[in-house]
Amino acid sequence: MNDSAQNSSATHTSSGIPLKSVYGPADLAGDPPDPGHFPFTRGNYPSGYRGRLWTFRQYSGFGTAEESNRRYRYLLEQGGTGLSVALDLPTQCGYDSDDPEVGEEVGRVGVAVDTLADAEVLFDGIPLDRISTSFTINGTAAILLAFYVAAAERRGIPRAKLTGTIQNDILKEYASRGTWIWPPDPSLRLIADTIEFCAAEVSSFNAISVAGAHFRDAGANAVQEMAFTLADGVTYCDTVLARGRMTIEQFAPQISFFFYTHGDFFEEIAKYRAGRRRWATIVRERYGATSDKASMFRFGCVAGGASLYAPQARNNTVRVAYEALASVLGGVQSMFTAAWDEPFALPSEESTTLALRTQQILAHETGVARVADPLGGSYFVESLTDATEARIVEIMADLERHGGMVRAIEDGYLQGLIADEAYRIHQEVESGTRPVVGVNRFTADEPAPELATYELDAEGLDRQLKRLADVKATRDAVTVRTALAELTRAAEGTDNLMPRLIDCANAYCTVGEMVAALKAVWGEFQQPVVF
Amino acid sequence: MTTATTAATATRVLIAKPGLDGHDRGAKIVARALRDAGFEVVFTGIRQRIESIVATAVQEDVAVVGLSILSGAHLALTARVVEGLRAADAADIAVVVGGTIPAADVPRLHAAGAAAVFPTGTPLDAVVAGVRALTTTAVEPAL
Repeated sequence: MNDSAQNSSATHTSSGIPLKSVYGPADLAGDPPDPGHFPFTRGNYPSGYRGRLWTFRQYSGFGTAEESNRRYRYLLEQGGTGLSVALDLPTQCGYDSDDPEVGEEVGRVGVAVDTLADAEVLFDGIPLDRISTSFTINGTAAILLAFYVAAAERRGIPRAKLTGTIQNDILKEYASRGTWIWPPDPSLRLIADTIEFCAAEVSSFNAISVAGAHFRDAGANAVQEMAFTLADGVTYCDTVLARGRMTIEQFAPQISFFFYTHGDFFEEIAKYRAGRRRWATIVRERYGATSDKASMFRFGCVAGGASLYAPQARNNTVRVAYEALASVLGGVQSMFTAAWDEPFALPSEESTTLALRTQQILAHETGVARVADPLGGSYFVESLTDATEARIVEIMADLERHGGMVRAIEDGYLQGLIADEAYRIHQEVESGTRPVVGVNRFTADEPAPELATYELDAEGLDRQLKRLADVKATRDAVTVRTALAELTRAAEGTDNLMPRLIDCANAYCTVGEMVAALKAVWGEFQQPVVF
Repeated sequence: MTTATTAATATRVLIAKPGLDGHDRGAKIVARALRDAGFEVVFTGIRQRIESIVATAVQEDVAVVGLSILSGAHLALTARVVEGLRAADAADIAVVVGGTIPAADVPRLHAAGAAAVFPTGTPLDAVVAGVRALTTTAVEPAL
């Protein structure tokens, strides 16, 4: 797998797949079935994007519950149909806003949610029975889901009417994003609890979005990104099926995926085509699913991320446009296009609009959406799709031989693979063997871009701390104690924890208290340190 | 040349990530580059408390603590580490800072006690040279 070290960018893809200078009929292994047919190499839908374009999903989140609520109402007035909620790091890692360890980070990268009271303010006046809400939350996803259900029910909206998604993908947190709390095994149990709970009671809510994007941002190459993500998907399916309460047909349609698209154009297209085929094949062969709905690989992506650079930053607009085109040719369902100033600033309104326009021009002017899988049958693209899939299979087999994803995370094997690749890519960019315009080619003397400085919103923090103090002063202490004790007791057994978490939410327990009640049984993840 | 390498071999560096931000790609790349350059490198992992960074630095007897901070909280976190080392009678341990650091904050970090600052985009060779300059006495190797 490390044979790529001496590759040249002229003859190999960025993941190290060797390329010939020309491809012909002899490179085709056979004609892939039409779009809309298993194994969906050529896309999930027979008429491609004609029936429905991909979704333009621009992500943002900031400030306190009040500010976010005002922003959501504005977006809905402008015709938006979905909300995207970004939480601050203390909420994501299971700390309350009044924890002395985290004062610096309250409300910084998203909204702080400590108790149901915050969720009630956050969604005040928003018709939760008609609006879909997506939460970028993992370690504490089950707790946020409990808040969402409780907040809706207090306003008379039944849980069955709620729609949306929680990311809820803990495995990639251990290896790349870092918002883990408990060890992998109990975390997987909690995720299975949410999947079963959603299927039974919140059936229009997606309980998990398996994300490879964070592996990529941490340094994985395109092929590793897809392989690690599918391996995570397999681990979640294995976990749910081992409990024997649900069938693959019941929950596989709830699973979706999420990736970064970077700059190696055909490699990215082949990555998505190969990933779609591999997932469909796994769901059918490993789990015996028969329906198309269960075997379909649905994914969203971000064009941008670590493929963008600060020097000559306006070049990023061009990078994002090519990446967006590759994503569409790969058959993406929803896309976020990053703003050119993202490497060094919170995107401005102008740069964010330009990023959205990039998608709109692609969708409405270029004509790429007219024909399903326009590259299908290309000698090169089909051959690269085959080669990519073969490498994905190899990497997944290597992880299985290692003892599976959980083992590879616990002993740092997975983190080591990602760190190796990150170091290699960094050295290639510094030495110039991986050309990056404006960085190691065609450089210009220009002043360094002015980085944005974050100012802590002291007033917002005070308001948050006051609300938390008020909640703690007015809630019923006995109800709180009982709910937390019941949660701990349930964690010791095998019952679904979601009803207990909803009880805790209704008792106005804090995120930190619920996390502690579970830590008492499960302990904490001990990170292996690998570099 | 051999003399300089031998001197560097004994030098220990702690790479640390304070705060809740989990982006450790840069920290790990720098850790590996320093190791490849002959330093003995200890990496704390992510989400470290200031007290535990200070305790590790003292316990491992490092010459330099490298903080990797991308969250925007670099001024406060750096000051707390410098104060912590001072309080632990370890003010001789140099503190250097890397990450998303606005140019305007570089002098402020120096004022807070940082011995060197390596904003995103600093070549690895420059990071290694900067750390080496802090850890080797000004003895030129004999030719």
